[in-house]
Amino acid sequence: MAKLRQCAIYGKGGIGKSTTTQNLVSALAELGNKVMIVGCDPKADSTRLILHAKAQTTIMSLAAEAGSVEDLELEDVLKVGYAGIKCVESGGPEPGVGCAGRGVITAINFLEEEGAYDDELDFVFYDVLGDVVCGGFAMPIRENKAQEIYIVCSGEMMAMYAANNIAKGIVKYANSGSVRLAGLICNSRETAREDELISALAAKIGTTMIHFVPRDNVVQRAEIRRMTVIEYEPQAKQADEYRQLAIKIRDNKNFIIPTPITMDELEELMMEFGILEQEDESIIGKTAATEATA
Amino acid sequence: MAALTREETEALIQEVLEIYPEQAKKDRAKHLAINDQSLEKSNKCITSNRKSLPGVMTIRGCAYAGSKGVVWGPIKDMIHISHGPVGCGQYSRAGRRNYYVGTTGVNTFGTMNFTSDFTEKDIVFGGDKKLAKIITEIEALFPLHKGISIQSECPIGLIGDDIEAVAKKGNKEIGKPVVPVRCEGFRGVSQSLGHHIANDAIRDWVLENRDGDDSFPTTPYDVAVIGDYNIGGDAWASRTLLEEMGLRVVAQWSGDGTIAEIEKTPKVKLNLIHCYRSMNYIARHMEEKYKIPWIEYNFFGPTKIAESLRRIASHFDETIQAGAERVIARYESEYQAVIDKYKPRLEGKRVMLYIGGLRPRHVIGAYEDLGMEVVGTGYEFGHNDDYDRTIKEMGNATLLYDDVTGYEFEEFVKKVQPDLVGSGVKEKYIFQKMGVPFRQMHSWDYSGPYHGYDGFAIFARDMDMTINNPCWKQVKAPWKTDANSEAVKVAA
Repeated sequence: MAKLRQCAIYGKGGIGKSTTTQNLVSALAELGNKVMIVGCDPKADSTRLILHAKAQTTIMSLAAEAGSVEDLELEDVLKVGYAGIKCVESGGPEPGVGCAGRGVITAINFLEEEGAYDDELDFVFYDVLGDVVCGGFAMPIRENKAQEIYIVCSGEMMAMYAANNIAKGIVKYANSGSVRLAGLICNSRETAREDELISALAAKIGTTMIHFVPRDNVVQRAEIRRMTVIEYEPQAKQADEYRQLAIKIRDNKNFIIPTPITMDELEELMMEFGILEQEDESIIGKTAATEATA
Repeated sequence: MAALTREETEALIQEVLEIYPEQAKKDRAKHLAINDQSLEKSNKCITSNRKSLPGVMTIRGCAYAGSKGVVWGPIKDMIHISHGPVGCGQYSRAGRRNYYVGTTGVNTFGTMNFTSDFTEKDIVFGGDKKLAKIITEIEALFPLHKGISIQSECPIGLIGDDIEAVAKKGNKEIGKPVVPVRCEGFRGVSQSLGHHIANDAIRDWVLENRDGDDSFPTTPYDVAVIGDYNIGGDAWASRTLLEEMGLRVVAQWSGDGTIAEIEKTPKVKLNLIHCYRSMNYIARHMEEKYKIPWIEYNFFGPTKIAESLRRIASHFDETIQAGAERVIARYESEYQAVIDKYKPRLEGKRVMLYIGGLRPRHVIGAYEDLGMEVVGTGYEFGHNDDYDRTIKEMGNATLLYDDVTGYEFEEFVKKVQPDLVGSGVKEKYIFQKMGVPFRQMHSWDYSGPYHGYDGFAIFARDMDMTINNPCWKQVKAPWKTDANSEAVKVAA
């Protein structure tokens, strides 16, 4: 049996991490791999397409009910969905209260102690909240956890900023542990020359664009049915895209310590591709009203 | 051993600093000084209220300790919730011996521990709902309480709970003051910031409660005692003197105090500040807002008591001034008898102190009344205005040490060889094992009161029974000859 590979998926909020992860994981399972998804987001929407559920009951909500995590058993929190994919959600508070980061830490510690990462598994995927706002959301990439990180991004400016920032975060943990950047996944927003741009960005950071996932409405159609494309319409062209991504990730050997670029370099790159216009110093700090009178 | 000269003290400081690495040495040097009475401002010689060095044994507490343990805790008819995990409340429970009158658990709550007992799920999901429930339960279980304070422990500040909103809601629900205090332990460099935060919470949530309400009949002789925590009954021994001279003590802050007294304080004519460090903030605020003047006083030892009584009286008419003289005269035979009894046994004994709040300077007079000399003193969490007030009280060339480290304190005591060390419970057993007589000067070593004339008699007795205790002759191992130990002493 091959060694368990633990992968974490990061990326700007709303970029499509959860959708991409679940489709990718379904494709891996289809290839015969044993996979587990660990949702690390208080919204708990990382497993709904696998379980056909609105939102899975989370470790933290069950723990709150029972009194503490020590009162839980693994089978209380671990659900099995499409193609035998194991699903857990760390869960956490509603927005604006408590500490979601601590929830992630508690949940992952619980999974380890309870032996959720058993010998049968080939892959664990952590689907992490958009911004690594505190130590809790870096939990999946600490020592002995995820060793491969995939960043989901698109050709939009903020998505690229976020990707570069996440790369900076990885450097911190890469230098003290074994976590590595394994590639960028471009989830297309159909911006101009998107694949070239993300490939260029990937090259600058020291990695590759592992796959370009085109935009396709079948993804939304499947989502409405709380299904992945792989399950909903296995013969769809988009399903093949996810299968290709799955194969590339399965065969991926390109794990690196990223070389994040400076803000200036990033802006230069965007200008090169026409996303950002040449900076005009004379307009900075001017309101629309001032400009109109000028 | 004769008093050290300026040069000897300087050499001693340098010798003690020697062990530190360069950076630490530079930092600690600023906190160690040789007293010079000619200085007006302490910032010429000492730095204070700075972050302690990592790696040293500091004797400081935290902001929660300053608020819950010092300022709020003694208000006896309120329930103080230690909001967060259980330890902070439990380990600060009843330790300071703030005496009070009342029936604990019925109308007073001083020695009890109320805590929200945070566990993992409260951290993750937030503790606001739990806190609201606690307020409701307190009202049901302890209906005679007069208000609630919420003392924040560290996690509250980290997870961003909105305790202010819960407090406002709770106040509406139970119709009594509910006061949120943001005294998370990680704030500031010591308990000192906790005092300030606690003062500010009183200012913002309590002090204005009776503004515009004139139903409380006032007199021209109304005063408030501020910064007396009634440790071992201190405030009672002080209050009686003030009352005997004709003043009316409207409020005690906060030893044996009530929230009603605090609410009435803006009606007094003069605020009397004993512990300047922990409550000067509220006195300054009342001076600004209610035009109430404030003065500091010192009720340790007959010399300082007489000085203070006269200074307090000078703010009132002849009746009170005559009253002050009457009180001093009335107790003269009593305190003279104490001095006559103990001074011969204590004359010339040398003391080193390291305490918090007001004591590092306030108790010096009491020792001097007994013929003793304080040769070293320092504050755990003092600011430079404390050291300003200390310079004139200490002899020239004596040692001042701010936020002293365990190592420095031990070395100073070894070299200076005082007859008595007065400090906290963590220091007590170290020095006793070194064979040095020791008094725990935070809670008077389970004795007290030490304030007022009554307290002076107890103070004198305690110092005598500690210094002249026959046990100190027994601490030397019998196989160690006198010749040996003399040699050790000389070498040291």
